[in-house]
Amino acid sequence: MENEAGALSRVAGLFSARGYNIESLTVAPTEDSSLSRMTLVTSGTDEIIEQITKQLNKLIDVVRLMDMTEGPHIEREMMLIKVRAQGEHRNELKRVSDIFRGRIIDVTDQSYTIEMTGAGDKLDAFVQALEPGLIIEVVRTGVSGIGRGDRSLKL
Amino acid sequence: MELTGADIFVRALQDEGVEFLFGYPGGAVLHIYDALYRQDKVNHILVRHEQAATHAADGYARSTGKPGVVLVTSGPGATNAVTGIATAYMDSIPMVVFTGQVPTHLIGNDAFQEADNIGITRPCVKHNFLVKDVTKLAETIKKAFYVATTGRPGPVVVDIPKDITAQKAEYHYPDKISIRSYNPVHIGHPGQVKRALSMMLDAKRPILYTGGGVILGNAAESLTALARALNFPVTNTLMGLGGYPATDPQFVGMLGMHGTYEANMAMHHCDVLIAVGARFDDRVTGNIEKFCPYAKIVHIDIDPASISKNVKVDIPIVGCVDNVLKAMLVELGNSTAQTDAGALKDWWQQIEEWRSRDCLKFDRDSDKIKPQYVIETLYKITHGDAFVTSDVGQHQMWAAQFYLFDKPRRWINSGGLGTMGFGLPAAMGVQFAHPDATVACITGEGSIQMCIQELSTCLQYSLPIKVINLNNGYLGMVRQWQEFFYQKRYAMSYMESLPDFVKLAESYGHVGMQITRPADVEGALIEAMKLKDRLVFMDFLTDPEENVYPMIPAGGGQNEMILI
Ligand SMILES: Cc1ncc(C[n+]2csc(CCOP(=O)(O)OP(=O)(O)O)c2C)c(N)n1
Repeated sequence: MENEAGALSRVAGLFSARGYNIESLTVAPTEDSSLSRMTLVTSGTDEIIEQITKQLNKLIDVVRLMDMTEGPHIEREMMLIKVRAQGEHRNELKRVSDIFRGRIIDVTDQSYTIEMTGAGDKLDAFVQALEPGLIIEVVRTGVSGIGRGDRSLKL
Repeated sequence: MELTGADIFVRALQDEGVEFLFGYPGGAVLHIYDALYRQDKVNHILVRHEQAATHAADGYARSTGKPGVVLVTSGPGATNAVTGIATAYMDSIPMVVFTGQVPTHLIGNDAFQEADNIGITRPCVKHNFLVKDVTKLAETIKKAFYVATTGRPGPVVVDIPKDITAQKAEYHYPDKISIRSYNPVHIGHPGQVKRALSMMLDAKRPILYTGGGVILGNAAESLTALARALNFPVTNTLMGLGGYPATDPQFVGMLGMHGTYEANMAMHHCDVLIAVGARFDDRVTGNIEKFCPYAKIVHIDIDPASISKNVKVDIPIVGCVDNVLKAMLVELGNSTAQTDAGALKDWWQQIEEWRSRDCLKFDRDSDKIKPQYVIETLYKITHGDAFVTSDVGQHQMWAAQFYLFDKPRRWINSGGLGTMGFGLPAAMGVQFAHPDATVACITGEGSIQMCIQELSTCLQYSLPIKVINLNNGYLGMVRQWQEFFYQKRYAMSYMESLPDFVKLAESYGHVGMQITRPADVEGALIEAMKLKDRLVFMDFLTDPEENVYPMIPAGGGQNEMILI
């Protein structure tokens, strides 16, 4: 989309005005400073997705749009998770984090902060694998997506 | 030479060829008003309420095809304009609305007369712009006109902070502009056009269902040519009236909630439906589950998002309706295939049988004035050649049913948003554009009071509009629903304490008439039309409990009409 003030609110406004659902949304400028790239995760029947696609394309700030799920693509999301890490839990948490290829990026005598990247379901699985009582805080970025191989969304 | 933002604004409007600017001044736009004062090319029309400025610009646009242009101040000026912007948005009317804004450094400060115009109007504009740099002002104005008038048209708002109108920049108005993410489609896909035509030629029970897109896309001529070449029946939506000559035998009337029996029955029973510049609105389809159960559907529209939005279609064609219809005509000329004349003969016979039901009949012997009769008479004495605006309610439906429009851009009403208060200011815009034409505003005593203050504007600019007030003493359309669906519990639909409309018109300097007997209707209308240079406010006291028929009740299919 155009990297302009108001572009994001047009997209968000469209979803709320038409009763569509936003599961996650990420947006940031690209290598071309006039453009920003948004990945938006939504759900609905084929008809609803078709309408969402058409309505988004009508927005003048939307330069190009691609339904990632129509072809091979990669989805990644980053999570920062702060967990209570005391006593016997410290080793156990380190081990589980390693299995999920997480990185401990901040340590105190009470807690670890773990950074983890992956598809959404991997992050879900990690959260599931932890004892609920240990979780202090979870921050997720929402999904970013890119096409595989030659498939790309470029001007 | 460098110009101030205010002068750039005025020059840009001049270069854009803007004849009329409908507006109302205020603090944030005073530099602009000063610049307007120092020129005489752009004609500023002072309304009495910003809502009326937008409706007047809208009426101008609908009747000419050119964009309507509006200027209002910040805060309340802009919020007052919102109803008119939303009205234009729902009916895809090209319009550019300039709103004043507080100076850049005060934005976000809750400054005096500050409102978030961009945020407030976002859901009811095609696009909007906040101008933050005077060097971008001219280009932004060009973009606004370009976006408003191309593709599926619509209103565009340009919000201009006061300091921008004082700062200086070199003036350059671009001849052409392109926006990388905005490329409206013009030509329909040739393969789709072929497929559609062959489906149409195979049809046994076809119907052309055409909407406002035919009017906006200047496609009435090609639609008429195609319909005649194929001998297909044509029905128009409320927005599409005039897109096909209403006096032509192939016209089966308006369709939808208050459409004719023949139009709705033909829709229900058709086997091929050709939708042209229409959007399958709920007031047209009735219960969507029961809509056109036997039909294969072709849909021609400039907006891909209109296609398969409410009803799944078989052959979509995205493009300007006029181009697509012309391509069909060419294709038809080259084709050896023909329509199924035998099947069409049977189909027409069936339609004539439905037509003979005479669904628009009303009591002609009543001693009360029947509103239908007033419109029928208006049609007769204006030879069907007036511009007719309307407000919203029963009178709007009767106008649509009883004034037969043979030409496009003659019927001006708020179909999508259904905005009471639209009729009189819209008539002003029409009259400015067509100073010598007869312009009638068909209204009700409820609606007219929503923008009655514009009688003053009409005096200032000597607009000889004929106001046809069908005064039934009720918010008639509301009362009708309460009669049918709420056991006659008339909650708040009775209009008490009405003004004396004759005196009211007179106090505004116009001619007022009150008509109470059926026998006086025709004479009064003739007399009013003779007063060519005066606004005449005609207060017809009509049968209070007359209803609009036919009617498809909520949840009904098109074959489930309430008939009289
Ligand atoms: C601004 C606005 N408010 C409310 C309505 C709801 N509404 C639709 S028709 C109607 C009654 C209109 O009454 P009147 O203008 O007297 O016309 P009639 O139906 O009697 O012909 C109302 C209140 C509306 N369409 N627009």
